[in-house]
Amino acid sequence: MNNHLFLPLIVPLMGAALAVLLGRRRTLARAVVLAVVLFSTGYGGWLLWLVSVAGRQATQASNWPAPFGISLVADLLGATMLFVSSLLMLGAVAYSLATIEADYEQHFYYPLLLLLLLGVSGAFLTGDLFNLYVWFEVLLMSSFGLLTLGGTRGQLVGGLKYVVLNLVGSTVFLIGGGMIYGLAGTLNMAHLGERLATLREPGLATAIAGLFLFAFGSKAAIAPLFFWLPESYHTPPPAVTAIFSGLMTKVGVYALYRVFGLVLANELARMAPLILALAGATMVLGVLGALAQTEMRRVLSFTIIAEVGYCVMGLGLASAAGLAAGLLFTAHVMIVKAGLLFLAGAIERSAGTGDLRKLGGMARREPVLATFWFLGMLSLAGVPPMSGFFGKLALLQAGVAQGQYVITGVAATVSLLIFLALLKIWNEVFWKKSYEDQSKLPRVSVAALAPGALLVVLSLVIGVAAGPISELSALAGAQALDLTGYAQATCGAGGCEAAMSELMK
Amino acid sequence: MYDSVILRSVARLMLPILLMLAVFMLLRGHNLPGGGFIGGLVASCAVILQMVAFGPTFARRALPANYLAIAAFGVLFAGVWGLPSLIGGQPFLTSLWLPQPIPGVGKIGTPVLFDVGVFLTVVGVTTQIALLLAEEPLLFPTERGPADGEGAPRA
Repeated sequence: MNNHLFLPLIVPLMGAALAVLLGRRRTLARAVVLAVVLFSTGYGGWLLWLVSVAGRQATQASNWPAPFGISLVADLLGATMLFVSSLLMLGAVAYSLATIEADYEQHFYYPLLLLLLLGVSGAFLTGDLFNLYVWFEVLLMSSFGLLTLGGTRGQLVGGLKYVVLNLVGSTVFLIGGGMIYGLAGTLNMAHLGERLATLREPGLATAIAGLFLFAFGSKAAIAPLFFWLPESYHTPPPAVTAIFSGLMTKVGVYALYRVFGLVLANELARMAPLILALAGATMVLGVLGALAQTEMRRVLSFTIIAEVGYCVMGLGLASAAGLAAGLLFTAHVMIVKAGLLFLAGAIERSAGTGDLRKLGGMARREPVLATFWFLGMLSLAGVPPMSGFFGKLALLQAGVAQGQYVITGVAATVSLLIFLALLKIWNEVFWKKSYEDQSKLPRVSVAALAPGALLVVLSLVIGVAAGPISELSALAGAQALDLTGYAQATCGAGGCEAAMSELMK
Repeated sequence: MYDSVILRSVARLMLPILLMLAVFMLLRGHNLPGGGFIGGLVASCAVILQMVAFGPTFARRALPANYLAIAAFGVLFAGVWGLPSLIGGQPFLTSLWLPQPIPGVGKIGTPVLFDVGVFLTVVGVTTQIALLLAEEPLLFPTERGPADGEGAPRA
């Protein structure tokens, strides 16, 4: 049995409860939180290694047999996302330990972070559609808390839009889940995939696919549904912005990959042109927004949207190569974008503002930080030795190979525009001379610099080790579309339908 | 808040009854309607009724407890009772039962103890939310004297 799959759920939950109970004993509570994220990161790495050598891992919660109970399944797609997100959470906790105010800590900042990690881990591991909804709710609840903690006017205004749109998305997800249960009579994703593949009347499945596209698309911030993101992401402390940029939209992307790759594979083929069009629109609108902004974290928030367009483009190509490229790009952008936001947060903290017009002279004042920012910027833009190059290259190659020239052209052009938006930050914040006297500003501490710098270094490492990593992602892309293998791992050798009729006897 | 003699008398009477009903619901819940969640809601109703009848200050005094800590402890407690099966090589939360039912209480196993954790969490969370809302000075300005904010509703 693979009962270790429960650990990334049990440990953050218990850790969060313990951290609330410890409350005032701050050192002890911090130690618990740090131990939990260290464990999760280590476990995520180990699980990724295990899945890459031994194939998919599955277990059944409460020992209820497969198509009836809740299955936990780790395949390469899920395990990669789990590892990267626990790594980012480790970075966020380390950064928060260095920067977050005591007031936040008293209002359960760290327990909320752990609950966010719990929700994300659950979403990446579950093999059950309704359970996926539950994990979405867990992570949304904690994100509502994190976003509005502090209670400033901007946070509440942004938080309100965030909450409303996400609740609408969740409701549509729930409606879609109810309809798919009525249609297929099961919620286990492997079983659903088997039953929907042989459906006589596929019209209803198309309607359900549209609902899921809306629900997950609103969480992933794709084209017409992204307006909540730039309204809310720049308001909380930088650590929260960074972890949100890494996790929240990417959980939506993961859910799109999982549900469309596995459950609604027929619909994916049918809806691919629509998904590609949405991806293109997301890229263009996101990057145009980024070019128009004049505040560091707002520019970066809009580029998040543009990059979600690339992640969704991987899905819209509707092939194993497309999904593999999309996953490679998603993992890269999670790491680099969080790293850049940590660095931007360090600057903002030191200078007291994120306004591009007021900042300046940072290249002279903080040369180490400027170096890492520059490297991260190159990576995000897709300049060769860094991870961004290989992510984008894989996407463009897959696009050309499938004859999707329009979206490939859009992706290549938007890539240049993203570079332009980031260059604007570079020019204004680092390169131009400061108008004001900066000698009194506090220096950026090593502890605030380290998480962002290490993530940028990790991007460089991914770029150098691109060979094995792209092989792994190719395998993950093939696995994400392989329903038979997934069903065998979840329900046993005969697949879920056979397992169910066996159990009914 | 309104002041009603009937409500006050009933609320006083209902506090012990509701709390006992909550425990009853909790213990029968595994195979019959009830359980930790419903039991927890009934128990928190007991406190919320005091709050409606006498105000949040009295409700805090009637059952003095740190509801947030109760909720956190409940989560921890519920989770812990999934662990014995995990240690024994079974999936998390697999039910383990005592072989004989205990007279007057019924069958006891890890699901019942898990339910106790759920009970504590629900009591803690719902009561804390209700009390915090009622203690919000802008919403109920009479409770703590006139509110200084503008546009506050006058009761």
